[in-house]
Amino acid sequence: MSIINDFQITEHFTDLLILGGGMSACGAAFEASYWAKKNNMKVTVVDKAAMDRSGAVAMGLSAINLYLGLKNNENTLEDYVRYVKSDMMGIIRDDLVANIARHVDSSVHLFEKWGLPIWKDENNRYVREGRWQIMINGESYKTIVAEAAKNALKEMGENGQYFERVFITHPLVENNCITGAIGFSVREKRIYIFRAKAVISAMGGAVHVFRPRSVGEGLGRSWYPPFNSGASAYFTIKAGAEMTGQEIRFVPVRFKDAYGPVGAWYLLFKAKSTNALGEDYMEKNKPELDKWFPYGARNPLPTNLRNHLMMIDERQGKGPFYMNTSEAIRNIAASEADEISAKRKLKHLENEAWEDFLDMTISQALLWASTNIHPEETNSEIAATEPYFISSHSGGSGAWVSGPEDMAPDIYKWGYNNMTTVNGLFACGDAAGASSHKFSSGSFTEGRITGKAAISFIADHPNLIPFSKENIELLIKEMLNPLEMFQQYNTYSTDKFVNPHFIRPKMFMFRLQKIMDEYAGGTSNSFITTQPLLIKGLEFLRFMHEDSQKLAADDLHELMRCWENIHRLYQADAHVRSLMFREETRWPGYYFRADFPDLNENEWKCFVNSKYNPETGEWSVFKKELIELVKL
Amino acid sequence: MPSFVIAEKCDGCKAQDKTACQYICPNDLMLLDKSNNKAYNRSPEMCWECYNCVKICPTQAIEIRGYADFMPLGGIVQPLRSSDSILWSVKFRSGAVKRFKFPNRTIPEGSAVPDAGFSTNSQDLKSNVLRTEPESLGINEIQVIKH
Repeated sequence: MSIINDFQITEHFTDLLILGGGMSACGAAFEASYWAKKNNMKVTVVDKAAMDRSGAVAMGLSAINLYLGLKNNENTLEDYVRYVKSDMMGIIRDDLVANIARHVDSSVHLFEKWGLPIWKDENNRYVREGRWQIMINGESYKTIVAEAAKNALKEMGENGQYFERVFITHPLVENNCITGAIGFSVREKRIYIFRAKAVISAMGGAVHVFRPRSVGEGLGRSWYPPFNSGASAYFTIKAGAEMTGQEIRFVPVRFKDAYGPVGAWYLLFKAKSTNALGEDYMEKNKPELDKWFPYGARNPLPTNLRNHLMMIDERQGKGPFYMNTSEAIRNIAASEADEISAKRKLKHLENEAWEDFLDMTISQALLWASTNIHPEETNSEIAATEPYFISSHSGGSGAWVSGPEDMAPDIYKWGYNNMTTVNGLFACGDAAGASSHKFSSGSFTEGRITGKAAISFIADHPNLIPFSKENIELLIKEMLNPLEMFQQYNTYSTDKFVNPHFIRPKMFMFRLQKIMDEYAGGTSNSFITTQPLLIKGLEFLRFMHEDSQKLAADDLHELMRCWENIHRLYQADAHVRSLMFREETRWPGYYFRADFPDLNENEWKCFVNSKYNPETGEWSVFKKELIELVKL
Repeated sequence: MPSFVIAEKCDGCKAQDKTACQYICPNDLMLLDKSNNKAYNRSPEMCWECYNCVKICPTQAIEIRGYADFMPLGGIVQPLRSSDSILWSVKFRSGAVKRFKFPNRTIPEGSAVPDAGFSTNSQDLKSNVLRTEPESLGINEIQVIKH
């Protein structure tokens, strides 16, 4: 008897379907609720976890990295666009970045009203960590934002609903128009068919596509959360939407192993990092920057170039590398007038340093405790992490979306903010590409922009009927296939994991990570790749696509793991093809094309976009013109 | 073992339909063992050490033992989360102890009003004005960079 018969099916009709529960999904829910209520529409949010602690801000944050301070004339939109452009080596959509920047202060002011403690100075202004960053006591940041989003849905009465612990597996698309999504509950045997007139993909970035540096218990200690498993990229790719920047991965340098944040150390404490010989590698390797002009001449230096200067020393055997925490603390204390105030200052700094970790990367505090590190005495190692896909930080991968009517060049807009090239399908946060550096506040803000636009789309298309001709039964069969595989074959062998008929999702993930690590420039290959390596990697990915049909799960949790890894596979595919297409090295420090080792502004100052054909399974990768609103 | 459950302290959240840790874990790792009514982390190597299970546990039965593949034993970082602050105790391998207390919210839980008292200055779906704007921006109009 087929396993499908064990499942209940719930069909849910809504106007707007928001997929995800993190910062951008909460922003979309907050905003869409307001406009939907005025237009008598329904909004439904579907989260694979619990909204209070879902998404990348689940653990909390110690800073908000994007706040312009427009009301105090602290910065201009143009300043911000220039900063992001420089950090991304020129490849951003100015219109999208400016659109987020012009609204983001409003989101931060709302967070404060909703109960988020934001540090204030003696003039009642936010305390700056750096030019764009402000300091918060952010242990409950996500809980507070989720509360406001849920309250916004509640204001709609029964027209506002949210589902938790429902995992989405397939988009429903008809003639390049989204009509909904299907998924399953990870708590009970229930399948959900969501029918919607517009859908927002806000399911975060992708982690564990590349092999992490720690592969034992520490596998889970990725810098970005392991539950960001590529659902957004998969959803838009599978729907046939055009994608952008799929080559632009992000590799942060963080405290080694536990990946604690370094921002406060660099920006607030003015710490320097050095190689094992105590040399300031940023200073020493400066001449290298000429090669990366104009970006190498920018201040602040692009993130990937800072990585690059460290990696030069690393290849010369000059590691380990350290954050010079002790000197930074000494310098700050020394600037105090007398011994008593220096002591007080030291105590204060110590609190700030620990809170930085305890608010957002508690493991780093645990690592300091387990290795007896006191930052005022002992310096800590820093290292580059494994690559991640995250367009909310210094990465750029995501869907290609429509820009704002009043700012976007004509070829960048097709009617609705943040709509993908599939009608009615929207993307925001890590799901939307080329609008890097949005961080938590900007992701929430992009969610708001998208939420309003999606309601506008629905209002303009009153006759949309969210049905598709797709064979839902077939999709459900595919969704549950891993359970079927396990049930059918698990008794064949005496070992539930070693069985020639199927593959369990954990080994499937390890195989993917090994391919990506060794062929697509992961950590063990010092982030170096070439066309021949990528071609070989693609061959192995093809086998993975075939074997994905033999994934096996013995419960709903493992069924989710199977699908997460299918999602990662599509992200990997898009990445390898885009890496191969861009015949230059633009982001040394994130990856190196050894066969094209130089920056080539004449030919490659453009977007690399890609599209998957859901009918044929074929990919096309192509250049897209880059039009600037602001010059560096 | 990233998060682990102290057997003696866990009561399986017997008063509720599901355990608090199972409810909150963003990676769906916490599970109730029905044979002994105790919770456990089913996949420690997928644990982010986000501490959400530790923070939410009503009997303080959950702690974190750092990832064994890179953390020496002996460090303990344990939170106690209250309605407006969080208290951390950090115990070093050496035995040294530090305590920190940080605020985590300024208004009572549940009382966040979406509009937060700001009014929205346009009801036009096509305008660039978002909910609560421009009042919540603190400036009079939405800025533009022209192409």
